[in-house]
Order: sequence, then C-alpha cells, then structure tokens
Amino acid sequence: MKYLARRLAYAVLLLGTISIFSFALLQWAPGNFFDSMRLDPHVSAQTVNAMRARYGANGPFVVCYAGWIRSLVKGDMGYSFAYGTAAGPLLWTRARNTLVLTASGTLLAWLLALPLGIWSAANKGTWGEKICGAATSSLMTIPDLLLSLILLLLAVRTGWFPTGGMISSGAANASFWSEIADIVRHLILPVAALTVSILPMLVRHIRSAMIDALESPFIRAARGHGIPRRRLLFVYALRAASNPLITLFGFSIAGMLSASLIVEVVLSWPGLGPLMVQSILARDVYVVIGIVMLSSVFLVAGNLVADVLLFVTDPRIRVE
Amino acid sequence: MRRTYKFWITLVLLAGFHLAIFFAGFLAPYSFSAQNRDFSYAPPSRIHFVDSHGKFHVRPFVYQWITVAHRYGSYEENGQKAYPVRFFVAGAPYKLAGIFSSHLHLFGVDTPGRIFILGTDDYGRDQFSRLLYGGQISLAAGWIAAAFSILLGAVIGCLAGFYGGWIDDVLMRGGELFLALPWLYLLFAVRAALPLQVSQGQVFLLLIVVIGMIGWARPARLIRGIVLSAKQRNFVTAARAFGASDAYLLRRHILPQTYGVMLTQMTFLVPQYILAEVTLTFLGLGVGEPMASWGSLLASLQQYSVMVSYWWMFLPALLLIPVFFGYYTLADALQERVKSVAL
Repeated sequence: MKYLARRLAYAVLLLGTISIFSFALLQWAPGNFFDSMRLDPHVSAQTVNAMRARYGANGPFVVCYAGWIRSLVKGDMGYSFAYGTAAGPLLWTRARNTLVLTASGTLLAWLLALPLGIWSAANKGTWGEKICGAATSSLMTIPDLLLSLILLLLAVRTGWFPTGGMISSGAANASFWSEIADIVRHLILPVAALTVSILPMLVRHIRSAMIDALESPFIRAARGHGIPRRRLLFVYALRAASNPLITLFGFSIAGMLSASLIVEVVLSWPGLGPLMVQSILARDVYVVIGIVMLSSVFLVAGNLVADVLLFVTDPRIRVE
Repeated sequence: MRRTYKFWITLVLLAGFHLAIFFAGFLAPYSFSAQNRDFSYAPPSRIHFVDSHGKFHVRPFVYQWITVAHRYGSYEENGQKAYPVRFFVAGAPYKLAGIFSSHLHLFGVDTPGRIFILGTDDYGRDQFSRLLYGGQISLAAGWIAAAFSILLGAVIGCLAGFYGGWIDDVLMRGGELFLALPWLYLLFAVRAALPLQVSQGQVFLLLIVVIGMIGWARPARLIRGIVLSAKQRNFVTAARAFGASDAYLLRRHILPQTYGVMLTQMTFLVPQYILAEVTLTFLGLGVGEPMASWGSLLASLQQYSVMVSYWWMFLPALLLIPVFFGYYTLADALQERVKSVAL
C-alpha cells in the first residue's frame, strides 16, 4: 500500500510541476493574444487592460498562476480568447473524444500484439516468424502522418468509411444503439491508424521479453518436468515476462497519445489534436495549457494503472 | 557475420541518399521555387524510347504536356515535338553547400520543354526538385536538432552523473518532467511559446531549437548512467589521485566511454526529429513558402481535391519510407554493436 501511495503522491507532484512549467513557458511567451488585439485600432488600450485584468493576465506570475488554479478548481481551466468562453467545457468533450480514440487504439493494439509477440517468441527462428518480423519492422518505418493520409485516401476513394468527424449529422437524434454504431464506424480508420503505428513496437518488445523469459533456467526445468508447452508459454513464461510488459504498457500510452495528435488532425477526429493546432495558431494560451495538462494527465494516469498492475502481478514489489 | 553485411549495405545506401540530397542543386533539373503556371498539377513526364512513328531512339526523350481543350487541369502529350533528355546541361544557377556557384545540372531538356519526373504542384513547380531541396531542410533540421539534443544531454548527463548530490536530483527530476509528457504535445507546447510570424532563417533556427529541446532527457539519463559507472573505475580514481582536474577527467577518461551511447541515440533521434519537422511544417507551424521541406510537400495532400485527383503528389511521401527504414536498421545494428562491445 505504501508503494501505491508513494506512486500517487509522485504523480500529483509531477502534474503540479508540469502545470507550473507550462504555465511559465506560455505566460512569458512573446506575442500573446492581447498584443495582436492592441494593434487593432478599434480596440482601445483601456479595453485591452480591462480584459487583461478580467482574465487574470495582469500582475506577477504567482498571482496569474493562483488565478488559473482557482478557475481549474471551478472546472473552467482559464478562458479561451478565441472561443470567448471558459476553456474547460471546450476541453472536456475534446478530451473525452481523444480518450475514446486512444483507449480503443490501445486495447486493439495490445489484443493483436500479445498473441503475435508470444507466437513469434515461441517460434523464434522459423521462416514464418522471420517474415512476421520483417513485416512488423517495415510497418514501423511508415510515419504516422503518411499512414493516416493513406487511410484517408482509402476512405475517400472507396467510400467504405466516413472521411472524418465522430458522428454523422443525422445520427445524433437516432436511437442509442444506432448512434453507437455510427460512432464505431467513424472510429474504424483512426483506430486502425493508431494501432498500426504502435503495433510493431509492441510486438518487438513483447517478443524480446518473452524470449528472455523462455530462455531462463526455470523454464528449462519446467520443460524437464514435462509441463505442456501451452501451459509453459501462457502461464509460466508470460507471468515472468509480465513486469517489462507492464512497463511497456506505460510507454505505449505515451506513444499512443503522440500518434493520436497527428491522426486526429489528418482524419479530423474532434479530439485534443486539432484543437491544439488551432489554439497555437490563435495564440489561445489557456487552451494550450489545458491540452498539455490533459495529455499529461492521461499519460500519468496510464502509468499509475501500470504501477497498480505491477503491484498486483509482481510479488517482489509487494514485499518491498 | 550477416549482421555486419546488412549494416554496411544500409550505411552505404543512407550515405548515398544523403549525398544526393547534399548535391540537390546538381541533381535537380530546376530550382525549388521555379514556377510554371501553365503546368499546374502536371503529371510526371513519361520517358519515351519509341516515338509516335514507331521509331526507336537510344537517347530517351519526353513529350510536352498540353492542356486538353476545355478541360482545365487535364493534360495530354503533344506528340509533335520530342525533347531529348540531355545530361550535364546548363540551367538555373544554384549554390552548392551555399558556397560554390554553378549552373550545371545532371539532366534536363531543352527549353521550352520541361521534364517533371515526379509531376508538379499547384504552382507548376517540379516536385522532384522540391523533394531534393526539401530534403536539405528536413535532414538538416533533423541532424542539427539531434546534435543539439545530444549535446544538451551530454552536458546535463555528465554534470548529474559526475557531481551527484542535489545537482543530480534537480537535473534528473527535470528530465523526468520532459519524459512525462507525450513528446508531440511537448513539441507543440514549446512551439506555442514561440512567435508565429518570423523570417525564413529564423523559422529554421526556431524549429531546430524547439525540436532539440524536447529530446535531451533520454540521452542525458543514459549518459548519466555511464558516467556514474565510469567514475568508479580504478583508472579514474588513479588519475584523480595523480591530481587530474574534473575537466580533465571528464574529457580524457569519462566522455570517451559515452561515445557509443551518443552515436546510437543520435541514430534514434535523427529520424524522430525529421518526422517532428515534417509534422510541424505539415500543420503550418514550420518553414513556409516558397521554401520546400518534406512537410510542405505533404501539406498539399490536406486538400481533398489534391488527394483525390493527383496521385503523384503521394510519391514524395512514399520516398520517405526507405529513408526511415534505413535509419531504423542502422539504429538497430548500431545498438547491437555497442552492446557487444560493452559486454
């Protein structure tokens, strides 16, 4: 329990530091939203100053940061200048969409990668495994950007898939199940892009972790005792390999989030990615900070899950 | 044995590719900004050996594209006049490595003929030339940013590993901060903090600094680990006992042990950073027109009409794959080597 509490405290501390850093970085950035407003002859200097005061952009850093924290607690997360509303509600729906996308991507990638990785570790050196290895390493070299463009072309050319968005305009008023079906149809391409972008890395790591486990002496001893191959593979070796795999799970979330940014932009999934690009171009500082914070919350939460899983599966950590 | 073989082949291919990009001015028939407004989105020129009368020519030639009457944007070949492909022709002046002026090109056709190996973009600019010139920007950004990251990582890793104590704590916690963010979001956050409208040269510098800043944490960590173990070595203790200064110890005894890690990290970072530049430029946050980079070559694919109608706009994108394949193979091979040397 102490281990988990320590991990949790560490995660909170990490998020706090990230928030201070990103806030400081963007607060002192040259050329903010108000500067371009100041150039506009229709807006008087008093108005700009009043706006600055209203959104807590006046005063020293600590005051601004405290103001932001206060609005964070209220759920506002600062103010979006470009949209003219609180940033929070804008971010929540986007974050939810990104979460739906990355969670399905992670799930699918792991469901595919685990059997593939175990299979190639078990059949190490055979022709089938070599071909599989070559295929995964060539998949790895296709950049996410290109992959999403190719999938988009596929959607445009064949018309089998929707070319963007999350829901068709007509489907929102339909019954619950048809709405779900519509979202799933929109999910197929982005999830495919995410899965393919991360799958090769997963398969490679799972394979090498399983090979390490399979080559350890206790597996040879178990084999000597006549334990069936299947049981050996899935119960003994997989259990022993689970520690690096769970750490890999944490890393895979980081990769997934990065990939999802670009996939979302190209395949126009209404997640955090497109909003990030828009708000950078519009100098919408609080939205940028909010997105950076949310993405790190996802990542830190994923790593926490990995920590909990490690705690459950690895007795060495529990004893500590 | 087979591994070495694969390693050298990859290395030679990559080196050849980089040389081609370096000599872009010579290999590209046109300048990256030369516009041909009459040839907007012209498909790749067909290289012929047999002319319209069925006669065979040893020297390949091209026909000129002409617009199909009343159908804007579709082209057909004008079989009237053949333009033979000539080698080592004089053309648009360029500067090699920014120093040597020349106007010699590897190949070209006589004006008013044009040769577009990979077709043209909306301004009628030769995609092949833009691919080569764009490679200069993208590769340079990748390499310089990677070198910057490694340098930063080496300095921080050495300081943290060598001096330990609170310096180590502060630097490594800072590094964890950088590792805790998804790298693309981090990249965008740093980019968001910097001005949007700046001149071309500044944009390039800005890109390098932004990209270089995000990746120092991993090399720093690895280098710190090596420095920590190197510090314990007997010969380092001996040198210290002889009165060697910290700077001397770091330079003479400790840094050389980190070269292997630096090299492998470099091969990991370069393709990642090339991709970072491509992504930023693709989204309009990197180098702008009329400069070419691999990102701006891809950017036009964001338009629906381009993606559907002009298949050759995908060709530069597909050429990226072998480059990345080369880098990943190299990184893998290098990692094996460094491991086998270290053990």
